[in-house]
Amino acid sequence: MARTRGALVALLCVALVTPPQAQDAAPAPLTLVSKDGRRTLPTINNGGREMIALDDVATLFQVTVREDSLAGGFTITYRGKTIVASADQPMASVDGRIVSLPSSITRSGRRWLLPVEFLPRALGPIYDQRIDLRRAARLLLVGDLRVPRVSARIDSAGPPTRAAIVVTPAAPVTITNEAGRLVLRVEADALEPVFPVTATGLIDAVRVGDQPNVIVVALSRQAGPARTIIATADNATRVAIEIPVAESRSPAPEPRLPTTDPRLPTPESSRPVGLEPRQPLQTLAIDPGHGGDEIGVRGAGGLVEKDLTLDVARRLRGLVERGLGIRVILTRDDDRTVPIDERAAAANNSKADLLLSLHANGALSGSPSGAEVFYDRLDREGEAVRLSAAAAISLPVISGGTRTIDVVPWDLAQARHIDASAMLASVLEQELRQRVPMGQRSIQQGPMRLLSAANMPAVLIEMAYLTNSAQEKAAAGDEFKNAVAQALYNAVVRFRGYLEETSAP
Amino acid sequence: MSRRAKVYLGAIVIAFAGVTWALMRLLREPDAAPAPATETAAPTESAHITATLYYASSDGRALVPVRRDVPAASGVVEQGRQILAAQFQDAPKPYVQVVPKGTKLRAFYVTDRGDAFVDLSGDVVSAHPGGSSTELLTVYAIVNAVIANLPAIQRVQLLVEGKEVDTIAGHVDVRRPLERDATLLRDSQTDPKLKTQDSKLKQ
Repeated sequence: MARTRGALVALLCVALVTPPQAQDAAPAPLTLVSKDGRRTLPTINNGGREMIALDDVATLFQVTVREDSLAGGFTITYRGKTIVASADQPMASVDGRIVSLPSSITRSGRRWLLPVEFLPRALGPIYDQRIDLRRAARLLLVGDLRVPRVSARIDSAGPPTRAAIVVTPAAPVTITNEAGRLVLRVEADALEPVFPVTATGLIDAVRVGDQPNVIVVALSRQAGPARTIIATADNATRVAIEIPVAESRSPAPEPRLPTTDPRLPTPESSRPVGLEPRQPLQTLAIDPGHGGDEIGVRGAGGLVEKDLTLDVARRLRGLVERGLGIRVILTRDDDRTVPIDERAAAANNSKADLLLSLHANGALSGSPSGAEVFYDRLDREGEAVRLSAAAAISLPVISGGTRTIDVVPWDLAQARHIDASAMLASVLEQELRQRVPMGQRSIQQGPMRLLSAANMPAVLIEMAYLTNSAQEKAAAGDEFKNAVAQALYNAVVRFRGYLEETSAP
Repeated sequence: MSRRAKVYLGAIVIAFAGVTWALMRLLREPDAAPAPATETAAPTESAHITATLYYASSDGRALVPVRRDVPAASGVVEQGRQILAAQFQDAPKPYVQVVPKGTKLRAFYVTDRGDAFVDLSGDVVSAHPGGSSTELLTVYAIVNAVIANLPAIQRVQLLVEGKEVDTIAGHVDVRRPLERDATLLRDSQTDPKLKTQDSKLKQ
C-alpha cells in the first residue's frame, strides 16, 4: 500500500513538473537547415498556434535579447538592427517598421513564446541570410539553399509496380539499386518532400533517407531489380520507376528479339481460357507524314517526304504483320491530304497501343544529316493532367477485367503516356543507330502537334535529312528504306516486351 | 441690373467656365496620357538596345543566342516590333537564319496577361523548308527572341495571316501560347567555337 502511494506521489510530481503545453499534441520539431548543417528547433503548441521559444531563437541565430520588464516586452539586436516586441501583441517593430504576426507574442512562465512566422517575417529582414519557413515540410531554411520539392506517386500497384518521383525545380539525380531499396540522391542541400505515399504493390514506403538530399524507396521482399528512367523537362526532373516481381523462374527480363514465329505460345498461356491477360500490344498505328497537297520536305534531287514516309510505312506494316501478327493501321494508305486531328483520331479510335509517325527532315542549310526521334513535351496544362490522379476512371467490362475511360481533354491525351513515350523514343533511337546514320541530337522533345493528341505511347521519327544531298540519294534507295523499317520493327518488338512487363495482369 | 452687377455676373460666368474646362481637362488626363507615348515611339537615330536574337548554329542543329544592336523604342509593343524586324533580317555569319526569307511581321500586340501575339505573313509557312527540327528552331527563335528581350512577356502566341494555325510546317503545335525553350540552345560551354557573338546590325 505504501509503495502504491509512493508511486502515486511520484506520478503527481511528474505531472506537476511537466509544463502544461506538453499535454497538447506537440508538433514535430522544425528542422533548421543551413550551409553548416541541420539542427532541430522544437516548437510548442499553444492553443492551436505553433510557437517557438525566444531563448531557442537566441541560441540558434546568435542574436542578443534584452528583456524590458517595465514595458512587458523584449528587444532583439543583430548587427546593429533591432526588433522590438511586446507581450500579447500580434506584431513586432522590425528596424522601425511594423510587421504583423498571425498570433500574439506570449509569455509562458519565464519563457517568451513567438509564433513560428516570427522567424521569416521579423527576424528575416534584419538577418544577413535568407530565412525561409516551409511549414508543411517542417523545414526552416537559412541562407541560399537549393531545396527542391519532391513529390512521389504510385501509378499502378502492379506488379510491376510503377511509380514516379518528381523533383521541382529540376536537379541532377543519381540512383543506386540496393538490396531491398532504391536510393535516389538529389543534388541539393535538402529536400521538401510531398509524399504521403502508402505502401502499394511492391513499394513499402517512400521516405527521406539518412541524409537530407536522399530519398529512399523501400521495396517489399518480392520486389525484383527496379528499373528507372530519369528525364528532365519543364524545369522538373522526373524519375519513372518500375519494379517487377523478383524472377525465380527465368533470368532478368531481356528485351525479346524477333524469333522465327513470335506467335508461338509462351509457357504462361497454359492458364484457363478467359483468364488470358490482354496482350499489351495488339494494334500498331503507323502515320506516314504529310500527303496530298502537303508534300513535306522536297530534296534537291526530287525526292519528296510524303512519298518516302508512305513507302517506309508500308514496308514496316509488312514486317509487323508477318512477324508479330498484330493489327496494323495506317493513318493514310495513299497520296492524300489528311488533317493532323484525323490522324490522331484514326490511332485513338482504333485503340492503337503504339503510334509511330514517320517523317523526313529538312534544314535551311545542306549540312545537317541523320535520323532523329521526337517525343511530346507537355506544357503546364498537360503536366497538370499528367500529375492528376483523376485522369482516368477504371470501369469493369463484361468480358472481365477493366477498361480505362479517359476524362482527359482530347488534345492533352498524351499526358498520361509521356514516360512510356520517352522509353519508346529511347528504344527506337538505339535500334535506328544500329542501321542508319543518326543526327547529333538524336532524341528531342518538343510540343508535337500529332503526338500531343495521341492516347498511347507515341513518337515521331525523322528518318533522314532530304536537304542533305547524300542523305537524299541514300533515302531514295531500297537499302535505306528497308534498314529504317527493320530498325522500327525491332524497336516495336522490344517495346512490346517492355509493355508486357509493365502491364498489370 | 446695374452695369457693375452685369460685369460681376459676366466675370463669375467666365470664371465658372474656366474652372469647368480645367476640371474636364484634369479628368480626361488619364485617357490622354498614352498619347505622348505613341508620338515619341519613333526611335531616335542613335538610341539602341542590345537585344538577344536567335539563329541556328552553322551546323543547323541548335539555336545560338547572338547579341545585336536593335533600335530602341518606347513601349513594349514598339520595342517588340523592332526586335522581330531585326530577328527576321539576315543572320550574321556563321549562323543560319531559321525564319524563312520574306517572312514579315503583320502585327505584334500584347495582352494584359503577358502574352504576346506575333502575327506573321504567310511566307513563314510557304517558304519553310519543312522538317520537325527546323520547325522547332523557327518557332523558338521567334518565341525566345520576344521573351528574352521583353521582360513583360511570358508567352508568345504565333499567328499566320492573322489566324491561329495548328503548325507552321506540320509538326510543332503552335495552337497555344508558347513559353521560352532553352533545350534547343547551344551556348559557348557546349561548343567553344560557337560563342555568343556581339555584332552590329547593318542599318
